[in-house]
Amino acid sequence: MEEMIGFHYPNERIYWSFMIVLYPYITGLVAGSFITSSLYHVFDVRALRPVARMSLLAALCFLAFATMPLLLHLGHPERAFNIMITPNRSSAMAGFGFIYVAFAMMVVAELWFDYRADLIRWGNEIERGSLIRRIYRMLALGTTDLSVEAVAVDQKAVRLLAAIGIPAACILTGYVGFIFGSIKANHWWSTELMPIIFILSAIVSGIAILTLMYMFLAVRGAVPYDGECVRALARHLWFFLIVDVTIEGLEFLNMGYKGVEGWTLIRALIFERLFPSLIIVQFLLGSIVPLLLLWLVLQRRIAFGAGRVLVAISCVLVLVQVFAMRWNVVIGGQILSKSLRGFLPLHVDFLGREGVLLGLVVLALPFVLFALIARFFPPWESHDSASAHASG
Amino acid sequence: MSNPRASRGCAPHRHTDRREFMKITARTVAAGVVSYSLSLRIPKLAKGTALESGPSADAFEEHFCNFIVNTTKCIGCGSCVRACRNENHVPGGYYRTWIERYTESEDHELFVDSPGGGENGFMSAPRMKGRNPKAFFVPKLCNQCEKPACTQVCPVSATYYTDGGVVLVDKDRCMGCGYCVQACPYEARYVDHAAGTVDKCTWCYHRITRGLPPACVLTCPTGARSFTTHVEGETCAACELLKSERYDVLKEELGTDPQVYYLGFNREVR
Repeated sequence: MEEMIGFHYPNERIYWSFMIVLYPYITGLVAGSFITSSLYHVFDVRALRPVARMSLLAALCFLAFATMPLLLHLGHPERAFNIMITPNRSSAMAGFGFIYVAFAMMVVAELWFDYRADLIRWGNEIERGSLIRRIYRMLALGTTDLSVEAVAVDQKAVRLLAAIGIPAACILTGYVGFIFGSIKANHWWSTELMPIIFILSAIVSGIAILTLMYMFLAVRGAVPYDGECVRALARHLWFFLIVDVTIEGLEFLNMGYKGVEGWTLIRALIFERLFPSLIIVQFLLGSIVPLLLLWLVLQRRIAFGAGRVLVAISCVLVLVQVFAMRWNVVIGGQILSKSLRGFLPLHVDFLGREGVLLGLVVLALPFVLFALIARFFPPWESHDSASAHASG
Repeated sequence: MSNPRASRGCAPHRHTDRREFMKITARTVAAGVVSYSLSLRIPKLAKGTALESGPSADAFEEHFCNFIVNTTKCIGCGSCVRACRNENHVPGGYYRTWIERYTESEDHELFVDSPGGGENGFMSAPRMKGRNPKAFFVPKLCNQCEKPACTQVCPVSATYYTDGGVVLVDKDRCMGCGYCVQACPYEARYVDHAAGTVDKCTWCYHRITRGLPPACVLTCPTGARSFTTHVEGETCAACELLKSERYDVLKEELGTDPQVYYLGFNREVR
């Protein structure tokens, strides 16, 4: 038997650092938020209506900053557009620009149809000559039709875009998983399950963040608290979390059972080097605990008030779980030497262009944007538009 | 026309005093030292010039390159790593080529190391519990794969496969995403953070296209590395060697079709 002593090739470094952990995390939030809105628009989960438009707007806000970690990571960010101007068709990464732009256009179009009637209404309600009135009218692109038929057309368009958007969102985040999964040189990344795991974890992170945002807005009094809506979100979170954790577990089982090349080292990676972030945070705290808490809440085994708190705790834990999962994939895959003879020392910068501090700022920016947009274009429905929805 | 050499030879004999004798002796010794040190370089220059009769820069792409590493000849002196750094201005801490040492004891305890990429040789023996260890060195460099994972993943085609069989990086196009670094199974690439781009071994493309051998080949004192080129149909010493000797490539199972052929290494080498 060969004894495993730490060796890594002299050029090996953790080149993809904190920003590349953030990139799939934010992209996952985009896809998850979009799919949450589609649960209402396409799958008719009526209880989710209070968060439907908010989900779509959140998807846009996350999307606006999804590329920022990448740009901060690139050695030559000024050449980033070459990915679309002179793409290498054989590169998995080259598709990102096109998928990103196509998805962004779809989200903007869906938001426009969703907001159109409100834009006209808001424009009409404000006194003539004000700037905001002009902005509302401009964004309505000259349309003024508020008839039931016109609103029905809007709803049809939203439904259509939401339906097309589901596979598009899955492609957006599954593709990020493919970027990692297709690296055959890396034994930790190279698995066919990677895109599926990315899609599922994206969905759970999206539902979790929206549940928290909705609860926060309800506490702030911006929206009325709808218990059924939170319960529906918790139910979907629970379901997708079960599938997500199962598939993630299957991936490890698959590697261990087959005893893939380098399994001795991979086992040491799981149970030693990544023990705190993978076993403790991702598996126990981020997966098992929220699964149990959500089960308690959904089986109505606890009081309603405490249930709200438990749902909120579960959502926070799920968001931490998904972040830990991204961390364990991106960093874990680089700690494991390609020589399969040892590990690299873990080093993460706090300051600097790719540091944790700037990463946290990037992570906060979508919420700032959301708050700004929501101030002028509230994504929660007015009573009038709610009745229009009902009739549509 | 007078012959200057002849006229110098016909110059009247001069008396040499002790002071002048000492001057002449000092000059002779100095000239000897210079000549000797130059002579050390002569075989290398001869190697280089011999190859100049090979490919011209323009016709290089019609040639096939053969890079063979005979691990049984490598003594781990690190000359190749130092030569490469000087020739290609490789930033400190990174390597276009490096040397790994594999030490295996009688009871199969294995120790692999590459202190400083082997640039300054291997000054100390590895600490091992096992008995009677055997050791060998393995020089590593870019394999210039025929199906390179790096060129496949580069999103902007900044790294590309040339007709001459060498994989290059266009530093004016590279955006420094590092995807190729992740994709390379051999870790032959690194991100040059000062330049914001990726760099790698090119088998000294600027030399081989002029018929000169790569710096590491030129410097290797034991001939552990050999580089030759040939055109289709031409007899090739390297091809003959590969016909008669047993050889292997690194990580063949990944399907990258690496083009550096290794003679005489164990299964432990990855």
